[in-house]
Amino acid sequence: MPRWQPVIGLEIHVQLSTESKIFSGASTAYGAEPNSQACAVDLGLPGVLPVLNARAVALAIRFGLAIGARIATRSVFARKNYFYPDLPKGYQISQYDEPIVSHGTLCLTLPDGQAKVIRILRAHLEEDAGKSVHDLFPGQSGIDLNRAGTPLLEVVTEPDLSSAAEAVQYMRALHTLVRFIGICDGNMQEGSFRCDANVSVKPVDSPVLGTRAEIKNLNSFRFVERAINHEIERQIELLEGGGKVIQETRLYDPDRDETRSMRSKEDAHDYRYFPDPDLLPILITEDEIAVARSALPELPQQRHARYVRDFGLSPEEAEAVSSELPVAEYFEALVDRCGDPRQAANWVTGEVFAALNRGTMPFSEVRVSSERLAGLLARIKDQTVSNSMAKQVFEAMWQGTEEADAIIEARGLKQVTDSGEIEALVDAVIGENPDQVAQYRAGKDKVFGFFVGQVMKRSKGKANPQTVNDLVTAKLKL
Amino acid sequence: MSATDYPRTVAGMSAGLARGAFSSRELVIDCLGRIARDDSALNSFITIVEEQALAHADAADARRRAGQAGPLSGIPYANKDIFCTKGVRTSCASRMLDNFVAPYDATVVTRLAEAGMVMVGKTNMDEFAMGSSNETSYYGPCRNPWDTSCVPGGSSGGSASAVAARLVPFATGTDTGGSIRLPAAYCGISGLKPTYGRISRYGMVAFASSLDQAGPMALTAEDMALTLNAMCGVDPRDGTSADVAAEDFARKLGEPLQGLRVGLPAEFFDASLNPAIATTLQVAIRALEQLGARCVDIQLPTTRHAVPAYYIIASAECSSNLSRYDGVRFGHRCEAPRDLNDLYTRSRAEGFGAEVKRRILMGTYALSTGYYDAYYAKAQQLRRLIRDDFIRAFADVDVIVGPTAPSTAFGVGQKTADPVEMYLSDIYTTAVNLAGLPGLSIPAGFVHGLPVGLQMIGRHFDEATLLQVAHRFQLETDWHQHTPALKD
Amino acid sequence: MLEEAQVQTLARLARIALEPAELPSLAAQLSRILSLVEAMEAVDTTGVEPLAHPLEPVPRRRPDAVTETDQRAEFGAVAPAMAEGYYLVPRVIE
Repeated sequence: MPRWQPVIGLEIHVQLSTESKIFSGASTAYGAEPNSQACAVDLGLPGVLPVLNARAVALAIRFGLAIGARIATRSVFARKNYFYPDLPKGYQISQYDEPIVSHGTLCLTLPDGQAKVIRILRAHLEEDAGKSVHDLFPGQSGIDLNRAGTPLLEVVTEPDLSSAAEAVQYMRALHTLVRFIGICDGNMQEGSFRCDANVSVKPVDSPVLGTRAEIKNLNSFRFVERAINHEIERQIELLEGGGKVIQETRLYDPDRDETRSMRSKEDAHDYRYFPDPDLLPILITEDEIAVARSALPELPQQRHARYVRDFGLSPEEAEAVSSELPVAEYFEALVDRCGDPRQAANWVTGEVFAALNRGTMPFSEVRVSSERLAGLLARIKDQTVSNSMAKQVFEAMWQGTEEADAIIEARGLKQVTDSGEIEALVDAVIGENPDQVAQYRAGKDKVFGFFVGQVMKRSKGKANPQTVNDLVTAKLKL
Repeated sequence: MSATDYPRTVAGMSAGLARGAFSSRELVIDCLGRIARDDSALNSFITIVEEQALAHADAADARRRAGQAGPLSGIPYANKDIFCTKGVRTSCASRMLDNFVAPYDATVVTRLAEAGMVMVGKTNMDEFAMGSSNETSYYGPCRNPWDTSCVPGGSSGGSASAVAARLVPFATGTDTGGSIRLPAAYCGISGLKPTYGRISRYGMVAFASSLDQAGPMALTAEDMALTLNAMCGVDPRDGTSADVAAEDFARKLGEPLQGLRVGLPAEFFDASLNPAIATTLQVAIRALEQLGARCVDIQLPTTRHAVPAYYIIASAECSSNLSRYDGVRFGHRCEAPRDLNDLYTRSRAEGFGAEVKRRILMGTYALSTGYYDAYYAKAQQLRRLIRDDFIRAFADVDVIVGPTAPSTAFGVGQKTADPVEMYLSDIYTTAVNLAGLPGLSIPAGFVHGLPVGLQMIGRHFDEATLLQVAHRFQLETDWHQHTPALKD
Repeated sequence: MLEEAQVQTLARLARIALEPAELPSLAAQLSRILSLVEAMEAVDTTGVEPLAHPLEPVPRRRPDAVTETDQRAEFGAVAPAMAEGYYLVPRVIE
């Protein structure tokens, strides 16, 4: 039994999918020349003023509804004051004591099958900072403010997570959700989804929380798990050695796989928050919330439950077709048309995903619509083609624009189901291979496959495999 | 026509240009000549843009020949050096921005240019508009044309001095706690601080964002109405600019004052008011009564605390607004910084003057942990009480009248030793900013040869009534026509 | 009253270098300003909601559209130190 219980809370910065910045009309596109997308407002030039991007508000509301949170009808932007070269105005526009979203939840299914509710304390709108490069100019840092002013939603949990694995599971669930509802592209390499973790440990039976350290710079699921585990070990070691954990900010260094204390900033703790006088409070009407609610798609967790319950999918299959909105919509459209959820799930997670993977394409670029795929599945169902023939047809459909029927017709891929015709082939194969027949009858079951293979070969793959099986079995028994 | 024959008001110039009595070029040349002759005694300009002004005058004349002139086309004016002007230094009277050539125009500057007005230069001011005397300018104090040993008031001292000395007929100002009205009173001109949000703040270097408001400074109420028409309007670049319908601020100028209710706050006329100023104001109030207005005694009890509340809020906002001056992207940067902290602390120490530093430190204190509630939150609570006092009063009266300043212009250097004494110059003006109300100051007499200002405060967005009252007053009095005689 | 040490702390927060010789007079001036400001304490503001803006009109939101073009050259012209499109500062140590 462990003596120590880790207590973890996550702060995740979700970059909102907008064209322009939260307070200016500059582009948010990634990868531009340094400072070419930093306008006067982003640079904090004298006299310029922020004006709030309507879409950033709409996306924050959508998120709040998706986690069953309270949407504030009045929330306030505050200035967080500190000096740093990547912070052009000397303050970050954020939200402090009146955030736009508060008191939501996200439910996890733990490995033991138990459900665990993670409380989300708040989600607030804020602007991103720029970035510094340290290796281009000797003795100097270069500042690129293209990212400054990019809209972020900072999602803060209560300290409800009890292990690094749980933290990662929560992070994945949030990652899935924000992509599903279309508020974030989830691109972690480009910094669209970034995590800071607050980690402390306490004796298992103590109600009192330990002193926490904040770990920054956790920009992949793998780093989160490793960094949190490291930090837990570090704190336990410290406490067991009679030391004390100090409240501080630690930076995770993925190259060395360790956390280290950030150079202590003596003033870092006085941000002098106050309401931003350049921005009036955000006022959201009940109507606006109602409209957003009606536009919200059914969420991954609900869909997952429904797919298992109503469609009879396994949890794994349900997961695969419910975690991205375009996939789920495609899957459901396919189910509607073909009437067979298991078959639909098989095809989506099999052939469709494989074809996309081969071209490293996002799902939005899927080349065979659910309608066309349904046309193919209908031909499997009525036994016009076998599963393996259907795969060939699918490949042709992917490369072109023709319907399944046209391809089957043009390539003569119709399956032979006439048992008389197949029987003739089976008889021929049995007649020409007396040795194998003898082996089979002597108990060597493996030879069965040889007969099936030979029959299929002679039919040029068109024979219905089930009919071949049945006939070979029957004939060999004679 | 000899130079002295040009009309000195916006309305007069507009009429003369319209009937072809003179060209914009002639007006601008005259204006530049006056500046060249008189401004060495006043120091009211930081920058003069002679070539640009002449080019714009010629363009205005060309538009007039093409039949495209508006009422303000071709009239020279000056901008307080707090408004960003593309291609022209925008210093805010600070060493910090001594080298700053703005890459864009403030919305106000754009609007006045679109109306055809011709900027001749940028006027002196207190550094970052922090001051009541124009003595905190990096470019040296500006002088009062009525007595050049006296201050013009601040922070829009250069604009007030230049208009009073008839160097330009109109100049822009900004008013955070009295910075248009106080210098207007000290210099004997008319100045209006409109309702908060009436004029876009975009491109106007911020001092205290929830208080700052641009406004016109001119010789007459009529000129303020004409120029305000051009300055106003909702601006997509300023989220706090008010989304109100455009109106003609001159529309009520011809209406009589019969039945107008004028509120006289007990707090503005108590024993602490200088008796000579009190007497002057009584005469002015009688004139309003003779025009048909009826006086009503009112109370604004919380306005007694306006100065402390104002200094906390203004300092807090400025401490944050001025953090962007860090020597990285624009403005003053110290020589050979040793490290990042040295770059910040030395650039700011060298770039800012003493008063700006005091306010940044005071504002930092008011917002810091442990003091926020006692200072900043308390001041914002008082702000609500002050605003509510006014709203209550305006249930019974149409305008509120009182002194603009507790004294006439004081001597240069007289109050620089004690910041608090300087702050108390704004005792009658700051409440108006806290409440976001429109307020103006017009000349109402003289004490010992120095002008006395009459302040009038109106309801939110009711500038038209203020201008109407001021205009009717100016039809009956000639204080606004008195011209200072500058000694060579 | 503000002690000199407090003034020093404020100056550090505000990133303004102060000479030791400036401290006594600055502390005295700020203390004097504080004594003016502390007159506020006389007013009972229990239950009064702080007012951050004089008017609270309906706030505007901007449509999400890119309206700005690349003006790096214009903005760079007023920058004290720039190279290869980056603003330069003494090396930042994290």
